[in-house]
Amino acid sequence: MRKRFSPDTMFEFAVGAVAFTGVILLAVLLLGELVLGAMPSIKTFGVGFLFETTWDPVFEKFGALAFIYGTLLSSFLAMLIGVPLSLGIAIYLAEVASSNVRTLISPVIELMAAIPSVIIGLWGIFVFAPFMRDYIATPLAKYLGFLPFFSGPAFGLSFLTAGFILAFMIIPIVSSITREALLAVPVLQKEGALALGATRWEMIVMTVLPYSRAAIFGAVIIGLGRAIGETMAVTMVIGNTPQLAASLLAPGYSMAAVIANEFTEATGDLYLSALIEIGLILFIISILVNASSRLLVWRYFEVRDSK
Amino acid sequence: MQEAKETSVKISVEGLNAWFNTNQVLKDISMDIAEKRITAIIGPSGCGKSTFVRCLNRMHEVVPKARVTGRVLLDGEDIYSADVDPVDIRRRVGMVFQKPNPFPTMSVYDNVAAGLRLMGVRDRARLDRVVKKSLEMSALWDEVKGELNKSGASLSGGQQQRLCIARALAVEPEVILMDEPCSALDPIATAKIEDLIAELKKDYTVIIVTHNMQQAARVSDYTAFFFLGELIEYEATRELFESPADKRTEDYITGRFG
Repeated sequence: MRKRFSPDTMFEFAVGAVAFTGVILLAVLLLGELVLGAMPSIKTFGVGFLFETTWDPVFEKFGALAFIYGTLLSSFLAMLIGVPLSLGIAIYLAEVASSNVRTLISPVIELMAAIPSVIIGLWGIFVFAPFMRDYIATPLAKYLGFLPFFSGPAFGLSFLTAGFILAFMIIPIVSSITREALLAVPVLQKEGALALGATRWEMIVMTVLPYSRAAIFGAVIIGLGRAIGETMAVTMVIGNTPQLAASLLAPGYSMAAVIANEFTEATGDLYLSALIEIGLILFIISILVNASSRLLVWRYFEVRDSK
Repeated sequence: MQEAKETSVKISVEGLNAWFNTNQVLKDISMDIAEKRITAIIGPSGCGKSTFVRCLNRMHEVVPKARVTGRVLLDGEDIYSADVDPVDIRRRVGMVFQKPNPFPTMSVYDNVAAGLRLMGVRDRARLDRVVKKSLEMSALWDEVKGELNKSGASLSGGQQQRLCIARALAVEPEVILMDEPCSALDPIATAKIEDLIAELKKDYTVIIVTHNMQQAARVSDYTAFFFLGELIEYEATRELFESPADKRTEDYITGRFG
């Protein structure tokens, strides 16, 4: 029999309270505040807010579509560029590099994550954006301009530049989680492939990557989460123009960027409320991305190994 | 030391030494292994028996800082000569490991077909044929024929090990190395694998490492006793167990140590 207030009960209560504080903070304070703050905008614009591209503070006509588009497009580009690079880095470090090279390079790549995003943004503006404009965007527009997503004049500050900058920012986290996942693949699995006459590369494709697919997918989602929420660096290189341009070489805007840029100057109540509603949408998108990826991992990616 | 007389030599090991870093685990091993016979390698833990078989398909060098010297002649050709690709050797000398290691993301079928696909076989009819034949040879076909699409990891431990044997057989190697293939299995699964090994010698040269002397006595034609990285005694199995020539062999097989 357990006493009613045994140390264990109290311990359970204490840690339970701490754990639930997190849930309460998230659900009530954050989400509640966001919904409350967004209410005037929700009432004025309704669902149309999601499908409207106009963003006109003067006439107080607001729509979020251009920002949603910008966030999703720049994050998608970041994934397209960053994930293959991260996989390559991780495969090199886990399977190819000697342990000396690994211990030398791994911390350096992880240190990239410690660079403040405003610094990356500055580098983006002064170094990378001009480089993009002169050596990547202009040739793309010239030779592949017949494709809608490379059409039109080439700007330095654009969706594509933001995609590249975001890619640099997600590489440290995605590649280091992936590297750890690859290193955790049992030697017996790798030797099983080698013993069948697999080359090193065939071994990686045959067993190392499939075996660690759940963790790799998780790493990609963490990267996507970072890319969707990243504010400062994107603001500095995306061009801050709310438009639905098909061309990746055109400037755009993102949800996080517009909140950061315009919050201090949002004078009208409706203006402020529209910005808060954008924050709410960003919050919901992030949660959806995380929740759906978790479901995917449980359902399809988890590897059940032999006992 | 008696050599395999009544059959031709498949593998001839000459002055084999192996190291992990600076630790020498095999010392000047020389022995001939008979074709289409079962050769058992016995000895106490740490005697180098696993390392020995891993030198026969160039798996030893996969471990960082591992090193080998000496010659291993497979049908008279040195597998350690500079122009030999270890990948080719591993296709000719298959291996079954201590613990079953099917690829968990692949189905039973794909596990067995994996080696053939590595060799570039895409012809579905041929794959079907080889998968069926390999699973029949490993005595697993009747148990899994209805569920070839199930994950290889969903089988029981003994079934998984037979799946791994089928996977090794599917590429039609000349030699099969088995590194304590039953150490993770229960007695019934072990008995099945032992029956299977006896079947295999019709077509294959089998080398089996075991810490279980009864198993060596039951299945093998020849037995080699390793101790502290040296080959102490190598005889026809019956002779080695009934009249060991070396005191250390006798102590080991009578259970005085090990």
